[in-house]
Amino acid sequence: MADGLFEAMRRSVEEGDVAAAEATARTAVDEGLDPLEAIESGYVPGLSCVGEGFASGELYLPDMVLAAKAMKAAMSVLEPEMKRRGATRSVVGKVVLGTVKGDIHEIGKNLVGTMLSASGFEVHDLGVDVPLDRFADVAGEVGADIVGVSALLTTTMTNQRAVIDTLTSRGLRPTVKVIVGGAPVTQAWADEIGADGYSEDAVGAVTLARRLVGA
Amino acid sequence: MATAINPIVNPRLRVQVLDDEEIQRIHTATLEVIESAGVRFPSSRALDIWAANGARVDRDTGVVRAPGALIEDALRRAPAEYTLAARDPSQDLPLDGRHVYAGTDGCGIEVVDVETGELRRSTYRDVADIARVADALEEVAFHWVAVSAQDRPAESRGLHELAAIWRNSTKHVQTESVVTEREARAAVEMAAAVAGGRERLRERPVLSLMECTTSPLGQDGGAIDAGLVAAEAGVPVGFMTMASCAFTGPVSRAGTLVVGNAEVISALALMQLAYPGCPVYYAAAQTAMDLRSGAYTGGGPEDFVFGAATNALADFYHVPLSMGAFATGAHEPDWQAGLENGLSMLLASAVGSDMLLGVGLLNGSRIWSYEQLLLDCEIYALVRESLKGVEVNDETLALDVIRTVGPGGDFLAEPHTRRHMRELWQPRFLDRRPHGTWLAADDRARDWARARAQALLAEHRPEPLDDVTAGTLAEIIARVEANAGVAAGVGST
Ligand code: B1M
Repeated sequence: MADGLFEAMRRSVEEGDVAAAEATARTAVDEGLDPLEAIESGYVPGLSCVGEGFASGELYLPDMVLAAKAMKAAMSVLEPEMKRRGATRSVVGKVVLGTVKGDIHEIGKNLVGTMLSASGFEVHDLGVDVPLDRFADVAGEVGADIVGVSALLTTTMTNQRAVIDTLTSRGLRPTVKVIVGGAPVTQAWADEIGADGYSEDAVGAVTLARRLVGA
Repeated sequence: MATAINPIVNPRLRVQVLDDEEIQRIHTATLEVIESAGVRFPSSRALDIWAANGARVDRDTGVVRAPGALIEDALRRAPAEYTLAARDPSQDLPLDGRHVYAGTDGCGIEVVDVETGELRRSTYRDVADIARVADALEEVAFHWVAVSAQDRPAESRGLHELAAIWRNSTKHVQTESVVTEREARAAVEMAAAVAGGRERLRERPVLSLMECTTSPLGQDGGAIDAGLVAAEAGVPVGFMTMASCAFTGPVSRAGTLVVGNAEVISALALMQLAYPGCPVYYAAAQTAMDLRSGAYTGGGPEDFVFGAATNALADFYHVPLSMGAFATGAHEPDWQAGLENGLSMLLASAVGSDMLLGVGLLNGSRIWSYEQLLLDCEIYALVRESLKGVEVNDETLALDVIRTVGPGGDFLAEPHTRRHMRELWQPRFLDRRPHGTWLAADDRARDWARARAQALLAEHRPEPLDDVTAGTLAEIIARVEANAGVAAGVGST
């Protein structure tokens, strides 16, 4: 019985079918299935399959984003049940992500967030035009492993340094690692401001984040 | 003496990508979108104006839903024609639907150093140097701020960039790097100093502003406020959509046109509601997202078609168009750069776009290359000559000459040939040498382009800005910096 359901869960993610993902999650809850097992045996294999297809170039970005969306939909149904059972899902790491103050470019940052979530990270997306203190505030609150700071403008990339400085002055470094990215950002800039890593695309950001948390 | 600008005039080759009915459908769909989904205006000033004119305004989300009639009425107030003034009046640019002008591309981040070939961060000096080289080129009709002056404080950078260009060129400046009300006020003041006062500026706008919309269906608050400052002063302002198929616009071309159109015409309408009759223009650089990386591609069939289709929309609204052309995604001046820039430029010109942006940047408008600048100018010249089509009159039919030469023989020594031979186009950067010569020389058009840029950098002396005006510009910037708390001296020009 559960095998058929797991299969349906996997397919819902692979096909990016949000309604099916929610429905299968609800069935799992109704039937008293362990939510963690539903995630690991049902939805995660689907997401991995899409991730592989995307990495090999067979699938496109919308496939990936839809799969992540279906996964998220299933998670929001399963989470209350997990809470009720006192179960927590182990995550690869916690990431606080945002585009710095003065900057409203969000496409690249969103992609990085999607790929990180799809790879098992818990992502707290603060959005765009994020006040500098907020990165440290939220990093402290959620116990982040990584703070990711995106900046697309030469006028705002200096705020990446400011974010690192606040994290340092709050005593959150070096436990919290900082990764940076965006059109004007280079490895040299990352080194100059003391970031722990830089990546020029979303796939690279995942590799980098995994390395930084030792995954 | 100022370099005469040699623009495309009355292109004879005409391309039509949308028929009247299709344009009407896109327009109707756009009005429906503005009225139902709405457009976000995160500016309290803009929301007040919309509310005062009867639009539905949601103060919490900033979303404005305006009836179609309000948009249409407002757009009717926009002037169909006006002139972008230059410091030297012989370089004025009438936006009259008959001309197609090219400008430099804008806001590059890095520069391929013309001497060392190394890639480095852009500076104030680069802004000045690029303006000076562009001043000497007949294909470049006006400037955008080609790269960012990253060695100037962020608070006043956009103003330093303007000063750098005015000091190094007499041509019109259109800035795309002034995106806040505060900077816009200072920029207008600087422009007034160059034009000779506020009233003169209204008559002779030596500056225009280009602001971005935020797809889908949004505006940038700072950009809208900056636009209103320009509109009040009679400084032309345009709004550019960069909607990208499948990401910030629907995957379909028509759908992406509708989304971008809603952003642009709602912004232009707002300017007209605030300052009826103010000069505005439509601006666009739509593309299709790269399906693998999500990147903004800046080159490809969708871009080319958008170039042609958007002009049809701007014509429909009777406003000039500034169209994203060139701006290749290529990493160096290569096959891809030539192909993408050639085709985007050709299509955007063959429909008669008024302004084309822009020459000189690589890698999706990130890396400045002097080689690419000169090669792009070559593309412009080639297209300009192609679009002249065929002139038919007694002199060009050349019956007498044909009779004189008769069957066999040649036209080389005919006076008619001598009289008109300089009308044949001569390339500067296309390699037509014999193969053996090419092999032996072991150089490329890129090398010639770089040498030409080096020569212009060494030799070209533009008409300087008088000391008094230059002093006034520096004072305005210093005041802005003092108010912003920038340490004295950091921003000295
Ligand atoms: C935390 O760790 C990490 C790790 C990796 C990270 C990371 C974080 N963040 C990003 N990455 C990396 O991974 C991502 C995925 O692969 C990648 O993200 P990207 O964002 O690079 O890639 C995305 C998938 C696709 N790329 C993009 O989305 C950016 C494309 C370009 C064309 C671009 C766009 C689309 C836009 N823009 Co803007 N824009 C440009 C861009 C030029 C370019 N080719 O990059 C750039 C960045 N913009 C620029 C400018 C000037 C501006 N823009 C503005 C506005 C806009 C739009 C709103 C129109 C739109 C953004 C829409 C949106 N919702 O985000 C204005 C600024 C507004 C503001 N206050 O922020 C405005 C000032 C223009 C104006 N006059 O209004 C230039 C900056 C130049 C400079 N000198 O600073 C620019 C280089 C283009 C140019 N030459 O003019 C990597 O960088």
